[in-house]
Amino acid sequence: MIELKDVKKEYSKGIAALNGVNLKIEQGEFVFIVGDSGSGKSTLIRLILKELEPTSGTIIVNGQNLSRMKHRKIPMYRRGIGVVFQDFRLLMDRNIYDNIAFAQRVTEKSTRIIKQKVPAALSLVGLAQKYKAFPKELSGGEQQRVAIARAIVNEPAILLADEPTGNLDPTNSWEIMKLLEEANERGTTVLVVTHNQEIVNEMKKRVITMKKGVIVSDEKKGGYKHEN
Amino acid sequence: MKISTMGYCLRQGFKNIRRNKMFSIASIATMAACIFLFGIFYSLVVNFNYIVEKAEEGVAITVFFEDDITQSKKDSIGKELEKQSGVKEIKYISADEAWENFKEQYFQGNPDLAEGFKQDNPLANSDHYEVYMEDVSQQKAVVDAAEKLDGVRKVNKSDVVAKTLTSVNRLVGYVSIAIIVILLAVSIFLISNTVTMGITVRREEIAIMKYIGAKDGFVRAPFVIEGLLIGFIGAIIPLALLYFAYDRVIQYVMAKFSLLNNIIAFLPVTEVYKTLLPVGLILGVGIGFLGSSFTIRKHLKV
Repeated sequence: MIELKDVKKEYSKGIAALNGVNLKIEQGEFVFIVGDSGSGKSTLIRLILKELEPTSGTIIVNGQNLSRMKHRKIPMYRRGIGVVFQDFRLLMDRNIYDNIAFAQRVTEKSTRIIKQKVPAALSLVGLAQKYKAFPKELSGGEQQRVAIARAIVNEPAILLADEPTGNLDPTNSWEIMKLLEEANERGTTVLVVTHNQEIVNEMKKRVITMKKGVIVSDEKKGGYKHEN
Repeated sequence: MKISTMGYCLRQGFKNIRRNKMFSIASIATMAACIFLFGIFYSLVVNFNYIVEKAEEGVAITVFFEDDITQSKKDSIGKELEKQSGVKEIKYISADEAWENFKEQYFQGNPDLAEGFKQDNPLANSDHYEVYMEDVSQQKAVVDAAEKLDGVRKVNKSDVVAKTLTSVNRLVGYVSIAIIVILLAVSIFLISNTVTMGITVRREEIAIMKYIGAKDGFVRAPFVIEGLLIGFIGAIIPLALLYFAYDRVIQYVMAKFSLLNNIIAFLPVTEVYKTLLPVGLILGVGIGFLGSSFTIRKHLKV
């Protein structure tokens, strides 16, 4: 599903954000990527999204070699990946329904499909009743649930979550993780970048630990201990 | 692109304009001013051309014959003159007609003075051709050709009138083009600024669009539509204003300078708008398109 072969990424000459990363994630896996700030976790996510180009090495996602992918093919490729951010990134000028419909509009779905899919996605994250609310009227946890609904409404094969619980209290954090786990149970491959020790240790999933741009451990049912 | 997607992009284009109200109004106003001035200059130029054309029809070359040449020789000179390019028509004026015209012009009110020449036409050898031009700028070539014809004694021409008309016409054209080009540049600059503002305001939305998998065209379309709409609205307002103002201005000019009535004829508004309306609209929409396209290419990396 996702394969990185000796991937290096240098932002400026001599400073490597990733330094020879080899990684293989199978379809349907739930993987935590942990590590301290500056360990290269977010760079990894951005490379998989093809937001960045690796300095060297190969990245293969869904059988497609990203280095050889033409610019015009990128949108179709990204439609197979859902993304959730720490700061939710909702559009504040439109309500919850329109925020999720936006993801469908962008991928050129018909209005008929949008009318079916958006309420279904809102039900999955438990916000069916609040479809008319604006983001600022919701709590942080609810906003992140909207972001998850937006990420899953297009039924992506891969879900990338970059610090999804970073701005949330423990209760909301657990709810978000539960939603990600449910998505995984429906067959989506889930990659979660996080600092949250408690969640990682509790959920007993595959844990990839990064340090200074290299993978230092990769455990099937791993844990994580914050070094700072 | 699906119809529902096109509808969405169109709505977003309108939304951009509403969100960016002040900038949009400024752009529309500049565009409107530009097209308004364009309309005024265009109306001036076409009307001036029309007036010049009418005036040119009255500008004639006079071709006199050598003494004692036969009528058939005179006819063949006439045929040669007709063949010249730029010639609209030629008219043969006999010696008697020439004398009648002369009398009318110089002895008006003093018929007694003319009576003295009654039996003896002083212009007996002054029969001639009057050559009327279609295009005054070709007058010199016709004069040169006429002077070379066998049997031609003298060619008179109203050089000054022809030259003045042609050069004034050209000057008005150049000045209009210069002013219009400057205004168009200002319009493009302002539309570009408005679209840049729109892109800045929507930076977050654009970033999310790209993560979700929006195609380049989908991200760009609302901004292109914004530019097109600004151009269209900016063109339609001044064109409508000018349409209604045109007749009033002509009526005013005619009333104020009633002396000109016999000399000057203006084109009707429908005639002017046959060209001005499509050109004005294409110009407005085209500038809108260019302004937004350039800006998108520069500021919107998709």
